[in-house]
Amino acid sequence: MDIHPVTIFFAAIFTNNMILANFLGMCSFIAVSSDIRTSLSLGQAVTFVLAFTTIINYLLYHYVLLPLQLEYLRFIVFIIVIAAFVQLVEMVIDRYFQGLYYALGIFLPLITVNCAILGVSLFMVIRSYNLVQSLAFGIGSGLGWLLAIVAMAGIRQKIKNNPFPKGLEGAGITLIITGLMALAFIGFSGIVTLQ
Amino acid sequence: MNHKTKKIFTLGIWEDNAIYRQILGICSALAVTNLMLNAFVMSLGLIFVTAFSELTVSVLRQYTPKHIRMMVQTLIISAYVIMVDLFLKAFFPSISEALGPYVGLIITNCIIMGRCESFAQKNTPVYAFADGIASGMGYGIVLMLIAFVRELLGFGSIFGINILGDSWVSWTLMIMPPGAFFMLAIVVWVSKNLFPDKSDKKGGAKA
Repeated sequence: MDIHPVTIFFAAIFTNNMILANFLGMCSFIAVSSDIRTSLSLGQAVTFVLAFTTIINYLLYHYVLLPLQLEYLRFIVFIIVIAAFVQLVEMVIDRYFQGLYYALGIFLPLITVNCAILGVSLFMVIRSYNLVQSLAFGIGSGLGWLLAIVAMAGIRQKIKNNPFPKGLEGAGITLIITGLMALAFIGFSGIVTLQ
Repeated sequence: MNHKTKKIFTLGIWEDNAIYRQILGICSALAVTNLMLNAFVMSLGLIFVTAFSELTVSVLRQYTPKHIRMMVQTLIISAYVIMVDLFLKAFFPSISEALGPYVGLIITNCIIMGRCESFAQKNTPVYAFADGIASGMGYGIVLMLIAFVRELLGFGSIFGINILGDSWVSWTLMIMPPGAFFMLAIVVWVSKNLFPDKSDKKGGAKA
């Protein structure tokens, strides 16, 4: 595959958005999208972790697992890398960047179980991207996730006091709005296509 | 089947259903439900992984140090997911390709982790195994329901067999992502009205 990295970057944000097209990272998307500021912090943390774990996983997969013919172990290796990296980042920013720690700190444990992180690494293997493509895909997916969750938080803040039909409050209405957003994002699908 | 097992099943399948009650594990519920066959295979995989992970976690619960139990659980789950993945690749390569990364993503499915943490840590292996099957079935039933509507309206077929005939105009929207979101929203809405939450505390989204 020789898609230009810039193409992959924009496709990951708009046409192959992690939430709206691939349904990844839905749990925290629904749980944390009630406030713009917190969802912005979470989105930044996800982008940051995605950029690094994608690269680490790429290097491990191509220079350790493939030569040893252990590619079936990739699930375990990827999830360990993600968990370890998140733990490490948490310790580092707690020690050196106190301000950032208060902004991102509480969300970091949530990120380990965010399926978008593992999903990006798995997509990277399935679509056989090279190193630069993987980096572009990782950052693009993170930004796309950030865009979707911040937009959702904005909408949810606006409609907070509106009356909903019984049973539709909370998760139900969030899913319907997500559906409408996904519908809007289909409009981008003419720009670029992946797969 | 004694009383406790029965209770585990009613809780897991209906009253505490992971998808429409706890809003857990919905990534894959949305992604694989465009065809009933995919949803069916995914449900079987999830039932297998949940049941055996809970069994293993429960057997090992006295020997696992508390502070690393999350890591141990993740590794146990990953091991079973690898089994499912290898099995699908060997015997059903076309389904394995259609499911793509979503088989691997069973690892981060919050249902399994949630059940291991909240149930298997505190109960004996037999009950943990039963609970795994029950929550897996609860997940599977909702998945099949969503897939049934999406495939019927989107392709006019069930399990790939044409039902509605050639004159049926397929609703392309149903097999695209928005259709999945709308369907899940409807399921959540209907179920909240059908089974009102007695305690009214568990409702709403959880991470």
